[in-house]
Amino acid sequence: MATITAGLPTSYVTSENTISSWLLTKDHKRIALLFFASITFFFFIGGIAATLIRMHLATPEGLLQPDIYNRMFTMHGIVMVWFFLIPSIPTTLGNFIIPLAIGAHDLAFPRINLASWYVFNLSGLVLLYALIMGGIDTGWTFYTPYSTLFANGYVIAATLAVFINGFSSIMTGLNFVVTIHRLRAPGMTWMRLPLFVWGIYSVSLVMLLATPVLAMTVLLVAMERFMGVGIFDPARGGDPLLFQHMFWFYSHPAVYIMILPAMGVVSELITCYVRRPIFGYTGMTYALMSIAIISFFVWGHHMFTAGISIYSAVVFSLMTFFVAVPSAIKVFNWTASLHKGSITFDAPMLYALGFVLLFTIGGLTGLIVATVALDVHLQDTYFVIAHFHYIMVGGTVSAFFGGLHYWWPKITGRLYPEMWARMAALLTFVGFNLTFFPQFILGYLGMPRRYYAYPPEWQAWNVLSSAGASILAVAYILPLGYLGWSLLRGERAAPNPWRATGLEWQTSSPPPKHNFERTPVVTAGPYLYDPEDGGFIAQNGAVNA
Amino acid sequence: MRSLQPEIQYATLSQQGETAQLGMWVFIATETLFFGALIFTYFIYRDAYPKEFAEAGKDAVLWCGSVNVGLLLTSSLTMVLAIDAAADGRRRHLKNWLLATAGLGIAFVCVKGVEWCLDLAHHDVPSINFIMKPAEAPAGELFWVFYFIATPLHALHLLIGLGLILYMLWRVRRGDLTPAYYAPLEVVGLYWSFVDTVWIFLYPCIYLVGRS
Amino acid sequence: MDHWIQFWPRTAAVNGEVVNALYIAELAVCGLILMTVVGLMFSFCVRYRAGSTASRANLTEKTWHWEIGWTTATLVLLLIGFVWGAAVYIWLYKSPLGDLEVYVVGKQWMWKMEHPGGQREIDALHVPVDKTVRLLLASQDVIHSFFIPAFRIKHDAVPGQYETVWFKATKPGTYLIECSEFCGTEHAHMKGEVVVMEPAAFALWLRDQGVRESLAQEGEALFREHGCSGCHGENSTVHAPSLVGVYGGIVHLQDGSAVRADERYLRDCILLPRTFTVAGYPPVMPDFSGQLGEDDLVKLIAYIKSLAR
Ligand code: HEA
Ligand code: HEA
Ligand code: HEC
Ligand code: CUA
Ligand SMILES: [Cu+2]
Repeated sequence: MATITAGLPTSYVTSENTISSWLLTKDHKRIALLFFASITFFFFIGGIAATLIRMHLATPEGLLQPDIYNRMFTMHGIVMVWFFLIPSIPTTLGNFIIPLAIGAHDLAFPRINLASWYVFNLSGLVLLYALIMGGIDTGWTFYTPYSTLFANGYVIAATLAVFINGFSSIMTGLNFVVTIHRLRAPGMTWMRLPLFVWGIYSVSLVMLLATPVLAMTVLLVAMERFMGVGIFDPARGGDPLLFQHMFWFYSHPAVYIMILPAMGVVSELITCYVRRPIFGYTGMTYALMSIAIISFFVWGHHMFTAGISIYSAVVFSLMTFFVAVPSAIKVFNWTASLHKGSITFDAPMLYALGFVLLFTIGGLTGLIVATVALDVHLQDTYFVIAHFHYIMVGGTVSAFFGGLHYWWPKITGRLYPEMWARMAALLTFVGFNLTFFPQFILGYLGMPRRYYAYPPEWQAWNVLSSAGASILAVAYILPLGYLGWSLLRGERAAPNPWRATGLEWQTSSPPPKHNFERTPVVTAGPYLYDPEDGGFIAQNGAVNA
Repeated sequence: MRSLQPEIQYATLSQQGETAQLGMWVFIATETLFFGALIFTYFIYRDAYPKEFAEAGKDAVLWCGSVNVGLLLTSSLTMVLAIDAAADGRRRHLKNWLLATAGLGIAFVCVKGVEWCLDLAHHDVPSINFIMKPAEAPAGELFWVFYFIATPLHALHLLIGLGLILYMLWRVRRGDLTPAYYAPLEVVGLYWSFVDTVWIFLYPCIYLVGRS
Repeated sequence: MDHWIQFWPRTAAVNGEVVNALYIAELAVCGLILMTVVGLMFSFCVRYRAGSTASRANLTEKTWHWEIGWTTATLVLLLIGFVWGAAVYIWLYKSPLGDLEVYVVGKQWMWKMEHPGGQREIDALHVPVDKTVRLLLASQDVIHSFFIPAFRIKHDAVPGQYETVWFKATKPGTYLIECSEFCGTEHAHMKGEVVVMEPAAFALWLRDQGVRESLAQEGEALFREHGCSGCHGENSTVHAPSLVGVYGGIVHLQDGSAVRADERYLRDCILLPRTFTVAGYPPVMPDFSGQLGEDDLVKLIAYIKSLAR
């Protein structure tokens, strides 16, 4: 690479501008943008389903036909989990930032990265086909024997979509694991990795080890339906609970797939806006890894009332409590990281603070359902719905938006309008709590989930929840507007507008095609901020640059 | 012979090669869980219905399975010899060993085909012509369902492996597998041995349950 | 319901009171933890906002003793929660011998109850107050879940197996039964009510149902109809075990293991006779799966249970 560029290097966006240069690109930054387009699309599909659900539930008997309602929450769950939240942070922010943050010129396997995007879209098309042909009504969990023998929707198409989607997850995860192992810049030791990189690393391991089991499970469901054989059919010797074991063996780790990257993002945001080193870096890395590992041994907590043996239920409960310990370490370390900082409340920081609060509420209610005796009452009620929305929407989606704002100048080379962004962050927090807090109460009152009709005495809480959802919708549509505006009119961003330490800030905004003019050499740990004078040392040793 | 440059994200060719191998190892880990989940279901049901599974397993065509074990083991050997030849730059040997490996793979698929025809003749194919024998009710069919998911999946992996070997042959002809850089061949070799190993695990599950 | 907005569900069984206590305790602990976290975050945010004059000197460098401190603290709290929860769970799910046993069969989208006396109800369950009621759950099609919020009990009804659950109602009244596992179109309307009555009223209700035969008697008829008595009857020539007194005892199997003969076992004997054999008998019992519906099975089992010594 003997090219000598005068002045600013051309950025990855402007370097080539044909359609095929985008569709056949091997540049991780462009692929990140492609993924960004895809998952935004699916977020809105899932969001429309959520909107219909909440509109319907505003009155006890609702406005949709029962079958339509059942198809709505199924679609909502499938789309939000596999087509939005699981890929969200890894494929967009992860794809864009990881190579930059470790000082690499690209991911290890750029072609596999691009293939992952195509496979993702293929699976999306199959899902849209299932949706347009009439949808499915099994819930995102595909429980047998309902899904195999009784449901009359497009179960095979939907399971096929999930199956194909799994390949995309695996390809992305594989790429990250290998990249982080092999392509770190000189001096970038494991204990100098930013926590975002650790988050993506741990999540990739979970993706690699859990997704294949899901693939096999949905394959068996599709086979049973397609060939008319009885794999999970009790009348033919099968065991319906075996399906649940296999499904949750994947899907419990999958919920951590949805939270670990968010934890990484939030750690970056908090240190940058508090301007001090993270409290307990080592503990944070161990916590991430132990969450990833323990997550494989707790799946039974989704089956406490399903007829597994009492004693195995108790063991699963114990394991579930153990997962909370590393999560506790994280929450306390974030809190302690605020101590003696010099805190500014820019939009990303607001999202990050929101994340910590909502994740804590979601996590603590997770402990309530992990208490076996309480889960007997709460299982499959709105309490569970509230629990996981607190973590996934209040937590992960907030972190995603926070990270998006934080890295926006790096990705686009423009600054976003700060006041609007703060408003959106506050609105998200308010709308979110109004939507999902009432659901905890509904849950303990005994309102089961997946109910298209409910007794009238529960209407007040449902109305509140629906009202909150409309605020939430505004809060999510707002960024689309002002971020779009900033693309055209936003102020140009300097290479390091937040005065952050990561390597990604040591190259131009937006970065050139191959990230760095020359491979950076790392000489410093990740978070050398000084709260007293606001100064910092970047990971390549640059002081205040 | 062209002189190879590492891709932009690698410093050296050997880093590129090692990375590719690591990638394949990671992929094999996921594949292990994929087949692992299937074999796990098999063991769950076999544990629940030991007699029925043994009964159903008696119908599996032992000679086909055993011949195939031999074929695949030999093919792993020829694969290793091919890699060895690549390391020494013996191009003609490399080509011949690769061809031998591909030949053995094709033979495997043929035997498999014959076996499936025999199964069909024995009325052992669920949802097509399955006839339950009284001694294997109600779970005998589960054995055959497992069989007809596991063996086609394995055959599919083998076909992909064959495709990769053909691709390697093409690259040999193009001359870009040199003693300095033959990592792609090693990666294919890893994959091929994995496909072998899967068969070693499937073999006792299918052919030996009914005959112990 | 008289309130237009409800904060707390009614509690009408001993099970419910025990669960309430645990729930309130956990809510309190979680609330406390949440307040601590929020309080700390808030005060740090105010105190250390950019531009404030608070001293930033002496940043904590060694963090591990803090971390070990709060990790142990959480671990201890968690273990308390776990032990309490597990103890209550085992008590909730290990069903005692009931004063009354009712068979509950779920099917899309209704609950069918069968009392031992032969009384049958759909989507309703009459029970006496202050008596331990044991329910035997079965499903005819997909997985349902039997849920009585006011009693805080719930259990899935899984096709192909029997599950048990129990409660002891404390207040007469009418309470909601729901299905809480998604089971198809009308899942939301798979509801019913449990009517808790004073014992005298309950006895009257039982009498007024106009049943001629008890469940066991109906079972006896089926026992003859399906030819069970041909083998298991007193003067049968087939070498088959007598069924008198099997229920509740220990049965030794051919493979050397021993099992307790509960409802689940009896059910498996009838539907899956090939998967195990009683020690000392030839494996000739025919397979009745596919020939007997859940209703008939319930009756046969009630009959076999009535053969106790
Ligand atoms: C990102 C997603 C995500 C995450 C991270 C979690 C995290 C946790 N979940 Fe959740 N969960 C879901 C998504 C998630 N869950 C989903 C989608 C479902 C429903 C699936 C379905 O049925 O459709 C579900 C369902 C679910 C159930 C089954 C409920 C039921 O169906 O009956 C249970 C039961 O144990 C559970 C428990 C937990 C626990 C203990 C954690 C823990 O990891 C939480 C740990 C965090 C904390 C504890 C907070 C911070 C800690 C402190 C502040 C320390 C102080 C604490 C103490 C001393 C107590 N979850
Ligand atoms: C994984 C991520 C995820 C996310 C982000 C969400 C987001 C939301 N979910 Fe989610 N939800 C799940 C995962 C998720 N959910 C899962 C897994 C289930 C279980 C499914 C099952 O039972 O199988 C579930 C179930 C579920 C239920 C229970 C349904 C039932 O059991 O009957 C409800 C009810 O309130 C609900 C509400 C919402 C709301 C209001 C949002 C909001 O946060 C969404 C806000 C976003 C928008 C509103 C989009 C932007 C705005 C628009 C698109 C405008 C609309 C435009 C037009 C109408 C033209 N969800
Ligand atoms: C052809 C004879 C035959 C018929 C008909 C038959 N059984 Fe049996 N049954 C046996 C034999 C033999 C055994 C013991 C061996 C075994 O367990 O398979 C047995 C075992 C049992 C057991 C377990 C008894 C124990 O001691 O644990 C039960 C319960 C039972 N049968 C119920 C029934 C019912 C109910 C029917 C009718 C619906 C029925 N049987 C019909 C022959 C028969
Ligand atoms: Cu039955 Cu839901
Ligand atoms: Cu879980």
